Amino acid sequence: MSVLHIINKSPFEKNSLDTCLRLAKKGSAILLIEDAIYAAQKNTAVADKIIAAVARHSVFALAPDLDARGIDESTVVDGISLVDYEGFVRLATEYHAVQSWL
Amino acid sequence: MPQIKKFLYVNRKAPHGSIYALESLEVVLVGAAFDQDVSLAFIDDGVYQLMLNQNTNGIGVKNFSPTYRALSDYDINQIYVEKESLELRGLKQEDLLPLTWEDEDEDWAEKDSIQVVSSEELGDIIDKQDIIFNF
Repeated sequence: MSVLHIINKSPFEKNSLDTCLRLAKKGSAILLIEDAIYAAQKNTAVADKIIAAVARHSVFALAPDLDARGIDESTVVDGISLVDYEGFVRLATEYHAVQSWL
Repeated sequence: MPQIKKFLYVNRKAPHGSIYALESLEVVLVGAAFDQDVSLAFIDDGVYQLMLNQNTNGIGVKNFSPTYRALSDYDINQIYVEKESLELRGLKQEDLLPLTWEDEDEDWAEKDSIQVVSSEELGDIIDKQDIIFNF
């Protein structure tokens, strides 16, 4: 069993992504929601961090938050799985605990 | 006739995670009634406010991004986007709303409202303002 880490802040404004990646154990899951979905895009200054994270974790992003922000799914880093709200709930039940990096 | 002042609205927050972007737009539109020399600057995550193809149906909030297209109706056509902020986010001007205005001095020629400017140029623009609002 492991933890579902949820991040909701932009990686360009807050250090939540960095702190999460520093502390999340290998095999735990990371879900990007709200302004954190900007971290999922290719060719950004933080893309290397997410590419490295995909090798250690299951990484998810909430599709409605991508759509709201005009981020096309084709621009998302390979290996990140998109989920809807149902998928969000399913993830929350599959992991033994949820850690929200506010 | 009171003197016209240079107003700059500085936008540095992403659009839907907080209320700043929408509030800024509301203030800009209210302020437009006062016939001042208005510019908007989009810096840091603020550049995300101008992203094309925003669809907020899935998150149940108002999509106010089409409203930026109305700015030219209020003679607001000086919209500055910092080049360095775009580059850090892997974005190009084509990823942003195609905002335009019609120049009555040049037979209503259609011109881009958005100007992508360097940090240095934006610094100069900020330097020339009389009043600066931050969101």
